[in-house]
Amino acid sequence: MSVRIAVLGLGSVGKGVLEMIAKKDLDIIVTGVADSKSGLIDPSGLDIGAVLLSKRTGSCGSVAISAKDVVSRADYDILVEVTPTNAGDGEPAFSYMKLAIERGKHVVTSNKGPISLHLKELKGLARERGVFVRYEATVGGAIPIMHTLGNGLAGNEILALYGVLNGTCNYILTRMAAEGLTYDQALAEARELGYAEADPTYDVKGIDAAIKLVILANTIWDNGVSLDRVDITGIDLLTTDALRLAEEKDCTIRLIAEAFPNRGVLRVSPRIIRKDHPLVFEGSLNAITLETDMAGEITLIGKGAGSIETASAIIGDILFISSHVRCN
Amino acid sequence: MKLEMKDSPGQLVSALQPISEVGGNIIAVIHQRDLSSREDTLGVQIVLEIAEPRLTDLVSMIKARGVNILRIGKDRLLYKQTVIMIGHLMHTDLSDTVDRIDCTGFAEVTALDLAMPAINEPSSARLMIKSVSKQDMDSALDILRQVAKTKNLLIIEPLDGGLV
Ligand SMILES: NC(=O)c1ccc[n+]([C@@H]2O[C@H](COP(=O)([O-])OP(=O)(O)OC[C@H]3O[C@@H](n4cnc5c(N)ncnc54)[C@H](OP(=O)(O)O)[C@@H]3O)[C@@H](O)[C@H]2O)c1
Repeated sequence: MSVRIAVLGLGSVGKGVLEMIAKKDLDIIVTGVADSKSGLIDPSGLDIGAVLLSKRTGSCGSVAISAKDVVSRADYDILVEVTPTNAGDGEPAFSYMKLAIERGKHVVTSNKGPISLHLKELKGLARERGVFVRYEATVGGAIPIMHTLGNGLAGNEILALYGVLNGTCNYILTRMAAEGLTYDQALAEARELGYAEADPTYDVKGIDAAIKLVILANTIWDNGVSLDRVDITGIDLLTTDALRLAEEKDCTIRLIAEAFPNRGVLRVSPRIIRKDHPLVFEGSLNAITLETDMAGEITLIGKGAGSIETASAIIGDILFISSHVRCN
Repeated sequence: MKLEMKDSPGQLVSALQPISEVGGNIIAVIHQRDLSSREDTLGVQIVLEIAEPRLTDLVSMIKARGVNILRIGKDRLLYKQTVIMIGHLMHTDLSDTVDRIDCTGFAEVTALDLAMPAINEPSSARLMIKSVSKQDMDSALDILRQVAKTKNLLIIEPLDGGLV
């Protein structure tokens, strides 16, 4: 039996998901879609090509149907929530998710807002209703960190974690070191290439990495930590000279997110790091190192963002749920 | 310091005893059997913390116990760490910043490389800090972080210490 999904948000991620579903034979049917102004519902399955085409020229559907209508009325098994991150209160995504769970629907999301703020509540609601809430795409883009934690490393105690969780910063630092660019020049280049948002504040001030660290910490240790507990320093004050001074010692500078629960450390900060360290790589990649009791140290490296890369994580979660629901 | 003593039970303990008697603090004891000149002697390297004036007392006390002191090293600062500072380093009195570490007695800034940018731009510096022990390094870094906060400087620390 096919799995039916409704997709909220048809930006970079939402379109990537639809394109891959149309292109690959994944046995996924899309019964509802919505963007910020319109929606479309069809219980027998939407024509994805037509949806993408009409989205290219504006709205995806009818202005008479809102995103909320899709959540509350469409026939779907899984809500795919890929609207913009609101780090303040997680809305409106948080309400969409709760509504779907109340209807007994699973949730898959790339939205860091509600997951970093309300993970405990969402998991509690999902448990009551016997549904899944999965959020692989919120951290590390295509890197299957949540699957690794939940399945591959099941039974391990995670002692600590550290990593490079923001590709924009990694790109900027790489370019400052390699070409001697100033911070402003490297940022402008990252923008031109689409690695940085028009407003890069969240990225360069370390907030995006800190939000991902909060999601990881809550997932692993269930410790209820929030963003204000993270000690955050960004890269926006770094100088080309500082990178050169590090390079002279066979080192470089990277924005590192780290959690050492036994020492109470939860920190995002630029750090001097040896060039032969596994967390030193070029460009916009992400990486996470886990210290575990049984498996020892494990480092995962991969694409931290991008339309298709993020779709990979979303589709992995959808198929995880459909295989588990089928088994039961 | 490097000591040479008889390789018999109790020798090491009796050589170490005076250290605590003069208020010294033993940081490490390293055996160096291969370095000893004769079969029946034992070479030991001791790393210790002691107030400079008490050193002569200590030496005579150890000698009185029949232990030979081969060498007293001055390179007491075993731990080193590099940090980078960014900010208006000159306007905020760089030499005072360095003094705050140096005046502790347990840590020193042993190298400083300063990059001077255009006027009014923040400058960057690389500092090598050396300390007697790991704890002292942590305390020195704490002091530096405090100073950085009040002077509005950015401190970049190494990811996993022990950086040369
Ligand atoms: N891009 C990535 O590589 C990446 C990677 C990991 C995680 N994420 C996360 O994934 C989410 C989506 O990212 P994105 O890059 O695809 O964003 P995006 O390109 O800005 O697209 C956002 C989409 O959501 C729609 N939307 C906005 N408000 C809505 C509302 N209230 N109800 C329904 N739809 C609404 C927008 O509608 P309109 O089209 O009408 O404007 C747009 O289609 C974000 O939370 C982001 O943080 C993104």
